[in-house]
Amino acid sequence: MIFTRMSESSFRLNRRVVPLTGSDSRESLLRWLRRERLTGTKEGCGDGDCGACTVALVERDSDGRAHFRAVNACLLPMGMLAGREVLTVEALAEEGTLHPVQQALVDCAGSQCGYCTPGFAMSLFAGWYAGEFDDHVIEGNLCRCTGYAPIRRAAAQLAAMPRASDRFSALLDAASTAPAGEPPHDTPGCMALSPPPRTAESRGEGGPPFHRPSTLAEAFALKTTHPQAIWFCGGTDLGVALSRGQSVASAFIAVDRLTELHTLDVRADAVRIGAGVPLSRLERELAGVFPALDRMLPWFAARQVKNRATLGGNLGSASPIGDLLPWLLAHGAIIEVAGPRGARELPVDGYFQAYRKTARADDELIVAVRVPRLAGPQAAYKVAKRQTDDISIVAAVYALILGDDGRVERARLAYGGVAAIPLRARRTEDFLLGRALDATTVAQACALLRAEFTPLDDHRASADYRRELCAALFAKFVEEGVT
Amino acid sequence: MKHESAENHVTGRAVYTDELRVPVGLLRLYPVQAPHAHARILALDIATAAAMEGVHAVLTAADVPGVNDTGPILHDEPLIPTDQVRYHGQAVAWVAAEDGTMARAAAQRVQVVYQALPAILGIEAAEAAASFHLPPAKVERGDVAGALAAAPHRISGEVRCGAQDHFYLETHASWVEIDGDGLVHVTASTQHPSETQAMVAHVLGLPSHRVVCRCLRMGGGFGGKETQANAFAALCALAAQRTGRPVAIQLPRSLDMQLTGKRHPFRGRFEVGFDADGLLLAMDVDLVADGGWSCDLSPPVLMRAMVHVDNAYYCPHVRVTGRIAKTHSTSHTAFRGFGGPQGMLVGEEIIDRVARHLGLPPELVRARNFYRPGRTPDRNHTHYGQPVVDNHLDALWAQAHADAEYACRRIEVDAFNAAHASRKRGLAITPVKFGISFNKTEYNQAGALVLVYRDGSIQLNHGGTEMGQGLHTKMIGVAARTLGVDPARIRVMATSTDKVPNTSATAASSGSDLNGQAVRAACLTLIARLTPVAAGLLGCAQEDVRFRDDGACASATTGRTRGEAAPAVGFAELVQAAYDARISLSATGYYRTPAIHWDAAAGRGHPFYYFAYGAAVAEVEVCVHTGVHRLLRVDLLHDVGDSLNENIDRGQIEGGFVQGLGWLTCEEVVWGADGRLLTDAPSTYKIPTVADVPRDFRLRLFQRPAAASTDVVFGSKGVGEPPLMLALAVREALRDAVAACGSGGIVELASPATPEAVLRAIRAQRARLASAAPQPPAAPPSPRERGEDTEALT
Repeated sequence: MIFTRMSESSFRLNRRVVPLTGSDSRESLLRWLRRERLTGTKEGCGDGDCGACTVALVERDSDGRAHFRAVNACLLPMGMLAGREVLTVEALAEEGTLHPVQQALVDCAGSQCGYCTPGFAMSLFAGWYAGEFDDHVIEGNLCRCTGYAPIRRAAAQLAAMPRASDRFSALLDAASTAPAGEPPHDTPGCMALSPPPRTAESRGEGGPPFHRPSTLAEAFALKTTHPQAIWFCGGTDLGVALSRGQSVASAFIAVDRLTELHTLDVRADAVRIGAGVPLSRLERELAGVFPALDRMLPWFAARQVKNRATLGGNLGSASPIGDLLPWLLAHGAIIEVAGPRGARELPVDGYFQAYRKTARADDELIVAVRVPRLAGPQAAYKVAKRQTDDISIVAAVYALILGDDGRVERARLAYGGVAAIPLRARRTEDFLLGRALDATTVAQACALLRAEFTPLDDHRASADYRRELCAALFAKFVEEGVT
Repeated sequence: MKHESAENHVTGRAVYTDELRVPVGLLRLYPVQAPHAHARILALDIATAAAMEGVHAVLTAADVPGVNDTGPILHDEPLIPTDQVRYHGQAVAWVAAEDGTMARAAAQRVQVVYQALPAILGIEAAEAAASFHLPPAKVERGDVAGALAAAPHRISGEVRCGAQDHFYLETHASWVEIDGDGLVHVTASTQHPSETQAMVAHVLGLPSHRVVCRCLRMGGGFGGKETQANAFAALCALAAQRTGRPVAIQLPRSLDMQLTGKRHPFRGRFEVGFDADGLLLAMDVDLVADGGWSCDLSPPVLMRAMVHVDNAYYCPHVRVTGRIAKTHSTSHTAFRGFGGPQGMLVGEEIIDRVARHLGLPPELVRARNFYRPGRTPDRNHTHYGQPVVDNHLDALWAQAHADAEYACRRIEVDAFNAAHASRKRGLAITPVKFGISFNKTEYNQAGALVLVYRDGSIQLNHGGTEMGQGLHTKMIGVAARTLGVDPARIRVMATSTDKVPNTSATAASSGSDLNGQAVRAACLTLIARLTPVAAGLLGCAQEDVRFRDDGACASATTGRTRGEAAPAVGFAELVQAAYDARISLSATGYYRTPAIHWDAAAGRGHPFYYFAYGAAVAEVEVCVHTGVHRLLRVDLLHDVGDSLNENIDRGQIEGGFVQGLGWLTCEEVVWGADGRLLTDAPSTYKIPTVADVPRDFRLRLFQRPAAASTDVVFGSKGVGEPPLMLALAVREALRDAVAACGSGGIVELASPATPEAVLRAIRAQRARLASAAPQPPAAPPSPRERGEDTEALT
């Protein structure tokens, strides 16, 4: 075991404590691993899109249980790692015995060139301890050789195998019961929500500081002292910029482990979603609550990204093709923000002001989002070149309230990919009010929708196609979802 | 036998080019990229960059001591341009610095003054400017004009297909160290180490014996590392020579996509004459490939397209002309299938249009037109004069129909379509006939070197490279089978030009055919030397010695069943005895493919030793609202002869099919109006994921009804490329689903068939239905105006 002074930041890698002294906070875990000659973790893109750099992060869930979460090492800056526990492919086999997920890949001829293989092994590894073996476990891993069929066969073989306790399940058990704290010297596993080290300064890490507050109040105090510092949560957007060598900011305030951002409160009329809850948790814990969310999350991104991405991040980056934003617009969500100057609530209507510009002030942090639960027909649609893990050409979320006579009493038709910000089709919404959704009304609504926005031509699609989709998706919704 | 590196793959221990132990003082390279597709370089000032911290050299064209060229066929590809930029993002200088970050920072400080020049982008622009590489090529048989004029039916049309990025998971990587004796050690992720060696020597102005190039393994190649690796190795070598330091490069994904060539986009125009049964009478086809800025391998790519337009179909009168557009784009290059897929896409387009024009089932018209042996007049010779060797198309087609329950599913699909307005299904079956051998006859040779050590362990060297296709595993199998030894005795060494010289690229599906025979020849030489030793030890006649079960035995024991017979002498013991008797325990092997010849000027000959055959059935469902489609079921039947390794062959077929599926559906390479590549990352360029592969994905290996007339190693067949073209069934199934939205007639469908393209095709069908006009004008789709990307990653 490496001797670590208490004053140094460290993380646990493959069950050994590794000091972060001298590391560059901006460098991705992937590049760091490869410089450290742990070259089993591969760089296929450096953008979080190929999964070749998948590693397992130990995270404690809301119920206190620790899990392995597959994440892209290319999107994890070293500044976010203090107090974390990470496993890479090098940890899986022991004394010549392959881990069952590795053995299954060998048995099923799941590797050809082998470059994507460690990433698949890590995704399957996380799946193994969660008892998950469906396509979602591996759809964030690109393979150019096998056509995936043998990897799917490996997953099926694993699904049929008994799973005995082993040193990794023991690690999870220990991490589930370990007292929260850092640095992680002797107790394995730490920390999803444990108080992390306070700031990177004076702890020997290099590069721009990643301040790591343990409460919201500390976060706001840090923001007051370091106004140039930017919020950093899951890092699936900012991590791409860092991975590409962009400077991004001179300092960061890491908020991914603030317990205040991890609440998930399901009530009869609305759900309050903590801004820092990873989307994969929403997928698990909100299943069945919001029909449109259930449809959108599988399309949103791959597992590795959803294990880090958050609703707060989606709102904070406010991309016109952020796939949860039309959902929030359709539901009329309320965004709770807070900052050194106090807290306030921002209705999602009016929140998006211009391309990636919002009503949130720079010193404010998105704390939670309240999403009203709606009765009535609601659905989400997304069209992309590829139907998984792709950026929307157009995304649409519809929520209607119909009277007993079938007439529209409330209509929210929200779109992404049609303008510089996510937008509602207000003219069409107004048109629909008081009308029954018969063929004539739908045809007229479609005609309005084709003209409602002025989308762009780009490498994903033509403006014509986008305009057409605005109408076609509504027609599809009425056909499928409104009876 | 599993992949020889399988356990190293899954544990992350398999070493790739950029993962070797870092030598002391390693430098990294980063390019200075031009922001124009076509420009004159007026001034290049490297002084600021060269003075920056950690920078050891800024390489420009002036630094090249040898020949500033890496063109594999023509000498038209400067390693570093001297005065002109010929594609957007081309590197005009390279910085060598102590790490990648320093190199990149310095590259941004190199001052370049450009004079922008008009750029030729795309095939039409090249035609307008008469900008082509080389004169047109032609392959012709019969009297095309006469037969067209006499044909009862005649149609003409146009189809184009897009580029495809290789997207090997391991980007280009090379590193070079020059030792104290001046020997240049190159390690590269290259499919063609001999050519990489030659290019490095050529650029440095050294004889080839001063350069050794080795390739450990590649994280995927697919043709993208056949020529494209040469320049990166040469740049590292140049920097190493200039600085005296070892130098490495591994391209970030976006640079890899911006700097390297792709599958050639093609445009096919055709006029075809046929009878009322859909039988082809005459075909006049004009193919234009976008070759990009330099010639690279475009001539043989074009030629392979020209000799695969026929796919499995006989046509008595054929004229195929081909041209290579010279444009300001990356130089397009080899990609699995090497023009074959583009040619066959055009051929399948023709057949489908003939069928739909006549209102006949496309599968019927396909089968009617097959090459068939033993007919009078002959219908088993291709338009380039080669007989369709060992033609099993009819048997294979019948089995593919039966295995996939095609007839029954046709009825089900039609019933589904009658019952559903918003969703339509499509079903199609397509054949593959793909010629195996390099079109360039001289490439069809290979060498091997087998070293047996005194303990009975064996090092196997051959000229082929391992890129995931399982070549090394197959070569172990060939050597083990020939020597009669346990495969565990054999270790395949990294491919290296100082072990086996003058090798060909590992390409053209020929890796195991060529190298397998060379390995076998080397092993047979060793067997011949060991036989007298074994006979002495066994006390039998030399002709009674058998090598099997990890040793040698006298044939008297061969009466027992396999596995029962204990070897009379173990291999290690035999080898020791041979050493004691002063018998050489190493041998080279050499092979050249028999029977083949090709007259490129005449477009005639016997370029392929044999053909690989296959057929695929695909069923799709299309959303009529959006054009979004889903592949529901695939049935593949493919001919690998007597498989050398069934696991590996199955992997090649499944993987090839999915790569073809990507090319034809979701992979769209898009350049901006300024020539900049807009799809230079996996966020914008989408290769298939597991979700694109149908759960119902069936594959059977075809058992040929008659023995092969050729002598390929152990009766096997090449399998690298042909399965990619099985994916054409998906394109045709999509067309079938689109057709179900209309009321018959020709269906035009762009390639790749993205949801947008499918919706456009559906709209055209619907519009025709509405107007009830017989034919829509066949206007080519206008090139889309491309705006700036205002979207960012989510």
